[in-house]
Amino acid sequence: MPERSWTGYLREDGRKGIRNLILVLYTVECASFVAHAVAEGEADVHVIGFPGCYDNAYAIRLMLALATHPNVGACLAIGLGCEYTQPARLAEVAERSGRPSDWFFIQEHGGTRSGIAKGKAALESLRAQLAAKTIQVPMSWQDLVVGAECGGSDGTSGLAGNPVVGRFYDMLIDQGGSAVFEETVEMIGLKDVMRSRAANPEVALQLDRSYEKAERYCKSVRQYSVSPGNFAGGLTTIEEKSMGAFAKSGSRPIQGVIEVSQQVPHPGLWLLDSVPDEHFMQFGYTNPNDTEGIMDLISTGAHLVMFVTGRGSVIGSPVAPLIKVTGNARTFERMREDMDFNAGSILSGERTLDEAALELMQLAGDVASGMMSKPEALGHREYFLMYKHQDTPQLEAGCRA
Amino acid sequence: MKRCFQVHADDNVATLLEDAGPGDAAVLGAAPDTRVALLETIALGHKVCLRAASKGDLIVKYGVPIGVATQDVAVGAWVHLQNCSSRVDERSNHLDVRTGVAKDTAYA
Repeated sequence: MPERSWTGYLREDGRKGIRNLILVLYTVECASFVAHAVAEGEADVHVIGFPGCYDNAYAIRLMLALATHPNVGACLAIGLGCEYTQPARLAEVAERSGRPSDWFFIQEHGGTRSGIAKGKAALESLRAQLAAKTIQVPMSWQDLVVGAECGGSDGTSGLAGNPVVGRFYDMLIDQGGSAVFEETVEMIGLKDVMRSRAANPEVALQLDRSYEKAERYCKSVRQYSVSPGNFAGGLTTIEEKSMGAFAKSGSRPIQGVIEVSQQVPHPGLWLLDSVPDEHFMQFGYTNPNDTEGIMDLISTGAHLVMFVTGRGSVIGSPVAPLIKVTGNARTFERMREDMDFNAGSILSGERTLDEAALELMQLAGDVASGMMSKPEALGHREYFLMYKHQDTPQLEAGCRA
Repeated sequence: MKRCFQVHADDNVATLLEDAGPGDAAVLGAAPDTRVALLETIALGHKVCLRAASKGDLIVKYGVPIGVATQDVAVGAWVHLQNCSSRVDERSNHLDVRTGVAKDTAYA
């Protein structure tokens, strides 16, 4: 792929984004109605939030990672007023990173209508501050972080959808870019295959530890990362699904394992481990749905995310655009309004894997340059933040881990 | 002719690129210019057996074991939950073979 450059947005912390968004964050379910009403009708405003009243270190790290994401230029945190998670603290961290930020408690402003009015006024002010300090800069593949997730997989995902993303990843990394792929519960059965991809012996040990943790976790909750739709689509075992999923990592060496909300340390290929670490509370499932995994990828600084779905899906994402890839030509035809890329043409022999990967890279460049992906244009902004526990990176004490 | 794809030369299964069978299908991929006679209808994305497997034999795809045969499997047979099981995931032995829906969940 030839070099390519486009115009991005430079943040005060030195990061470069491909979108210039204002992020509304709510700190408990009770504030979600007002938060969404504040963002309603505002094209440059996205919403995320955490439903729980009791705070959780993992969820706070995730919200902070999204508040300071390179695609985000300003933040508005909205709380009800009773909850543990403090919107003022979220706004403070975002402000410190150079992003104009504000916050308020709904209880202090009278209720639903006045809360919405307060939020709308805050948005107007934040938008003006953001416009005044926005610096446009050239960006290229070296600046780009791309995430990859698969969901609704079928027998074509491992043959076409994931391999085309993998080949694109190879090209991106060869151009000096960064790529992150999910996730260890979909590598069950592949310990040796994975270890053989480690950049060095230390990374091999990291991969072993992550693998063993994922296996222990799945065994203890008696649930592997495979769904009825996967089986109906021809996948017979988690091992088969794993091998297909692993194909989206391409062939370059794995530089290391990062956990949710950790930023990609340097360019190259990274494995995202979103499996909970040992904890007295065994929080739910490691990846309860596709949206949760996509949020995890975005939390590592991914500017855009490739979502490979053989059976088709109708989700999108806030903060970073989602590009939907399917290896199933029938799915592409049936769900054309939602699917960005048809990798099924590889299986029909219309084009080679390399040709398709080049086209996918072209599409990634177009979306990075400002073209809306299909889910982005449709207005999909699904998010999912849950209670979970991971050991690293540690945040201050006093918060429910 | 309908087509299926064998990823790795060690694989004893190939994945259907379209709904096919019963009857001959072309095998693409690791062993081009071969054919397999499907014994039954097999859907897009599902697997056909290329080499006869006995109960207990490994089922291999992508060059790695993806499961174990739970009964003898003839060449041309559909390889899925009814004759192949995961070596780690015990819950998938409780799924409906066609829809994949779990049969171990109580709704009442």
